[in-house]
Amino acid sequence: MKAQQILSQFRSAGIETCFHGRHIEPQILAELNGSNWRLKDYEGRGGYQALRKILGKDGSAGMTQDQVIATVKESALRGRGGAGFPTGLKWSFMPRQFPGHKYLVCNSDEGEPGTCKDREILEFNPHIVIEGMAIAAYAMGTAVGYNYIHGEIFSTYDRFEEALEEARAAGLLGDNILGSSFCFQLHAAHGFGAYICGEETALLESLEGKKGQPRFKPPFPASFGLYGKPTTINNTETFAAVPWIIRNGGAAYVACGKPNNGGTKIYSVSGDVERPGNFEVPMGTPFAKVLELAGGVRASRKLKAVIPGGSSSPVLPAAIMMECTMDYDSIAKAGSMLGSGAVIVLDDSRCMVKSLQRLSYFYMHESCGQCTPCREGTGWLWRLVDRIESGQGRASDMDLLDSVAGDIQGRTICALGDAAAMPVRAMLKHFRPEFEYHVEHKTCMVPAYV
Amino acid sequence: MISEESKTRFAREVAKYPVGQKQSAVMACLAIAQQEVGYVSEEVEIEIAQYLEMPVMAVHEVTTFYNMYNQHPVGRFKLNVCTNLPCQLRDGVNALKYLEKKLGIAMGETTPDGLFTLQQSECLGACADSPVILVNDRSMCSFMTTEKLDQLVDGLRAAGDQ
Repeated sequence: MKAQQILSQFRSAGIETCFHGRHIEPQILAELNGSNWRLKDYEGRGGYQALRKILGKDGSAGMTQDQVIATVKESALRGRGGAGFPTGLKWSFMPRQFPGHKYLVCNSDEGEPGTCKDREILEFNPHIVIEGMAIAAYAMGTAVGYNYIHGEIFSTYDRFEEALEEARAAGLLGDNILGSSFCFQLHAAHGFGAYICGEETALLESLEGKKGQPRFKPPFPASFGLYGKPTTINNTETFAAVPWIIRNGGAAYVACGKPNNGGTKIYSVSGDVERPGNFEVPMGTPFAKVLELAGGVRASRKLKAVIPGGSSSPVLPAAIMMECTMDYDSIAKAGSMLGSGAVIVLDDSRCMVKSLQRLSYFYMHESCGQCTPCREGTGWLWRLVDRIESGQGRASDMDLLDSVAGDIQGRTICALGDAAAMPVRAMLKHFRPEFEYHVEHKTCMVPAYV
Repeated sequence: MISEESKTRFAREVAKYPVGQKQSAVMACLAIAQQEVGYVSEEVEIEIAQYLEMPVMAVHEVTTFYNMYNQHPVGRFKLNVCTNLPCQLRDGVNALKYLEKKLGIAMGETTPDGLFTLQQSECLGACADSPVILVNDRSMCSFMTTEKLDQLVDGLRAAGDQ
């Protein structure tokens, strides 16, 4: 057998992680089976009707740019990449009357540990992202767009390129879309292994062919973005939510979530659960329900803690987490953040020091080196956690950890510094006795693993 | 040194960007060259710099910033095993250790026959598929139990010997 044939045997078909039939009222992942990703399949599911609707190609009068933006505002759609910023509001920041080039960018550089939803959207339903981007481009008057895809998921990048070709051939992208005066060119670009490029201004630098070091803000991308031109950047899942909103209206989208937290959300559940995967459920679904969809805690062990929104979000102990519903406001109230919706589950056999050791190594490895507090601080954090984990810790180390984390947080150009500091502070806040035990006994409180 | 076939692919990438913004294609061009040559040599950087009309140092900055560009020759099959926390919780580290033992090398090393390079990697973005291994930058292998690791390595070894 040739190498490529061998490798293809191990390619995920999405059966365990996406086509498990355990989504609740799905909008983005509905009716997918892995082979129905093509244009004709998507159109069979109602695809590109929203684009026809706004362009008045479905027999209606069409929608103005203002009407599209107002609908997205009404929907309470919030950015699915991590920050949760209201999408409609972001779109309204674009200077539509600006005479020169403007750009639209999709952030598919999904590298936040725990997050694996954009990959499955792009792989199994790529046209929903293309349609969402075309609608956004129409609303903001942008003629050129790029989808920047995580370099590690190359087969997904190839899939998206193929979908783009289909859309171009069908007149759904390019000049005079569906015979209208609306023109939109969309291209795929890829990263090549840099977590920092998920930060929107680092992504823009990378798209310009440079190393991905974040830019100082302001100016924000809406005024100074790609090639210095007005640019809007949204996450893959955010764009994927848009066609449904245009077809069904903003109020319907809010109604299937909860106020200020519209729609459905895809949660990537990983770690100590029976059936890890992506689960699309309405915003405001209880965490306990999401855990149940993922088959519960593995091997019937007890839930110890959950990192609810990707590795950068503060960890929450089981008791607090079991009271939460999965939406921006509930998780924020509990002292963490919904982030990208990546739910990392830890059972009672897990050592929190060892878990933090791995995360701290990651942030040290991925710091772009631009800001001193992050470049030096992330290394310092890792060395401290590493020495506690290996039995060399000192009694003063916990305070030192907290102090170093505090000196990073809020003192860097981008959020990577905060992302490195927040897990440290939350671990100390909720699980300090485990760290103290490690220092005192030079060993772990819980049984060893890995 | 870079083949005409790869140059055709370069041209497709450059065409995606506005006039005067050829540099935007550097990420893709380096990845294409790496696929052909195996790593980003100094010659590759110089050739791409000329093709995209940008300084060689600006190309080198990109090569050295992104984790997936090989700055040195690697084995015929580069195995990147994710060991980040979600994978650590689901046997990612065990997969790496198993491969170290099976291949007889430590992570970061290449087997003496030049077939395999083994690396630890950061989040590949496939956390629910853990253990996951990325082979030669472009092929994600999911749910890699020890049985599947055996099949993968033995299969690639047989393919590589041909």
